[in-house]
Amino acid sequence: MIEIESLSKRYGELTVVDAVDLIIPKGSITAIVGTSGSGKSTLLRMINRLIEPSSGQVRIDGRLTTSEPAPALRRRIGYVIQGNGLFPHRTVAENIATVPQLLGWEPARIAARTEQLLTLFGLDPAIHARRLPAELSGGQQQRVGVARALAAGPSVLLMDEPFGALDPIIRAKAQEDLRTIQRQLGTTVVIVTHDMEEAFLLADRIAVLDNGKLLQHDVPARLLTHPAHPQVMALTGTTDRALRLLSLESTAAIVTAGEVSGPDLPASMSLREALSALIWAGATAGNVLDAHGQRSGHVTMQAILTRGSAAR
Amino acid sequence: MKASGVIRVGVWGLLIAFLLKPQVFAPAFAPLTQHDAPAIYDQGDLATLAWAHLGLVLTATSLSALLAIGLAILVSRGPGRAFLPMSRSLVGIGQTFPPVAVLAIAVPLVGFGIKPTLIALVAYGLLPIFENSLTGLSQVPASVLEAADGAGMSPIQRLWSVELPLARPLMIEGLRQTLVISVGTATLGSTVASQGLGEVIIAGLLSDNSAFVLQGGLITGLMAILLHDAVGLIAQRWQRPVQ
Repeated sequence: MIEIESLSKRYGELTVVDAVDLIIPKGSITAIVGTSGSGKSTLLRMINRLIEPSSGQVRIDGRLTTSEPAPALRRRIGYVIQGNGLFPHRTVAENIATVPQLLGWEPARIAARTEQLLTLFGLDPAIHARRLPAELSGGQQQRVGVARALAAGPSVLLMDEPFGALDPIIRAKAQEDLRTIQRQLGTTVVIVTHDMEEAFLLADRIAVLDNGKLLQHDVPARLLTHPAHPQVMALTGTTDRALRLLSLESTAAIVTAGEVSGPDLPASMSLREALSALIWAGATAGNVLDAHGQRSGHVTMQAILTRGSAAR
Repeated sequence: MKASGVIRVGVWGLLIAFLLKPQVFAPAFAPLTQHDAPAIYDQGDLATLAWAHLGLVLTATSLSALLAIGLAILVSRGPGRAFLPMSRSLVGIGQTFPPVAVLAIAVPLVGFGIKPTLIALVAYGLLPIFENSLTGLSQVPASVLEAADGAGMSPIQRLWSVELPLARPLMIEGLRQTLVISVGTATLGSTVASQGLGEVIIAGLLSDNSAFVLQGGLITGLMAILLHDAVGLIAQRWQRPVQ
């Protein structure tokens, strides 16, 4: 858990982050969103003290971040930036081993951990471990960047626009991988992004920052149905908020018993995708398939439309 | 062995043979002499002079490197940045001030011999190493530095394991330039009684013996070429093989 208490950053007259209070639950993904210059990156960097706060404090798992020297603190926190920042003169394995080496792990333990992470991120240790970053594709470099951040098993992972430089297809894969690995490891993830689509896709909770002030911190659906500030509404968009709301729930949430004639929809499919599938098939209802591919009931287009309206 | 290797071994062989058995080459230089003057420098041992010359150059370049790299590291970070323009000017003056003038100023202060020569060479050799090191250090991508900080490296660890390795190719290039410049410039040391290959050239000029001037110049030139080549070889070895 990360507890942020009235955290501020001022540069002379300019207040970049203004008395932000934020509690980030353990094992969740929290997205910090806002326009450029909203102070979201500054807020993130104050958590691992790459930027020292002007006032206020941060506790990670109950411990003040100022209770130890900044480098020691940062070794306990994973950090991923846009454009990955891999060390170009070090091999993939050496890049991943950065923090374990700083922590003085045994070589055998480092080697085992590196291999484990490469495998976890879908890279073959035999092929990729001894390559230099320049010899990898953009997507692979990004994965190595995340693997490096997770090498020493940090309980907290900070990410600053980590997928910004990737093309849409690789980005979607990277986002999916992050969710899978985060669920697997139980890491607390804080991700800064200006991409609302990404925030809604990944985050359990979203914190909206504007001009250094925290406008709202809530579950994604509440941002759409109960925006606390006009700026939140502007940021989440008003024209497609119904569809965005539908993208947050899966067909499993509104499945009812009985079989209908219509297309098959996986239970993991979002209502937005289900609606699209129904429109495409010219049907008014579809059957829901559970994880084993068995029909477990159906959803109607009317039910989906109701979920997407504010009057539900 | 590749052609470059054959040439390299050949040039080394030629230089060593000339230093150890100069009389063998006497017929080649004889046409340049007049009135039965000696064709090969006879007022001292060429090998000893070359050795002293090399020692002077290596000492001066090491001192230049130490000063220039140290300065480049200091002015490329934190509060040191404020001193960057001043350091640039100072190092620039070291290069623009003619070494002969430095010798003239230094002799009354430190006396004749190796000391004034070292001062002139060190001052003259600062600029290439300083500017190259500065460029090398400043072109490390900001994202790489941020990643190093974010991983929990201390400033010293970051400098040692990220910045210096990435700046190294350019630093070595600067070192190489200084080395070559110094081999030539060090001949001036002989005007203030510093032992070196300048003696051969000066002796030739004084006695109107072109053979001496030519052999002094040839040895110095070969030494510069071979040192330039050797640094390149060492740097190549140092860059780890990419798999």
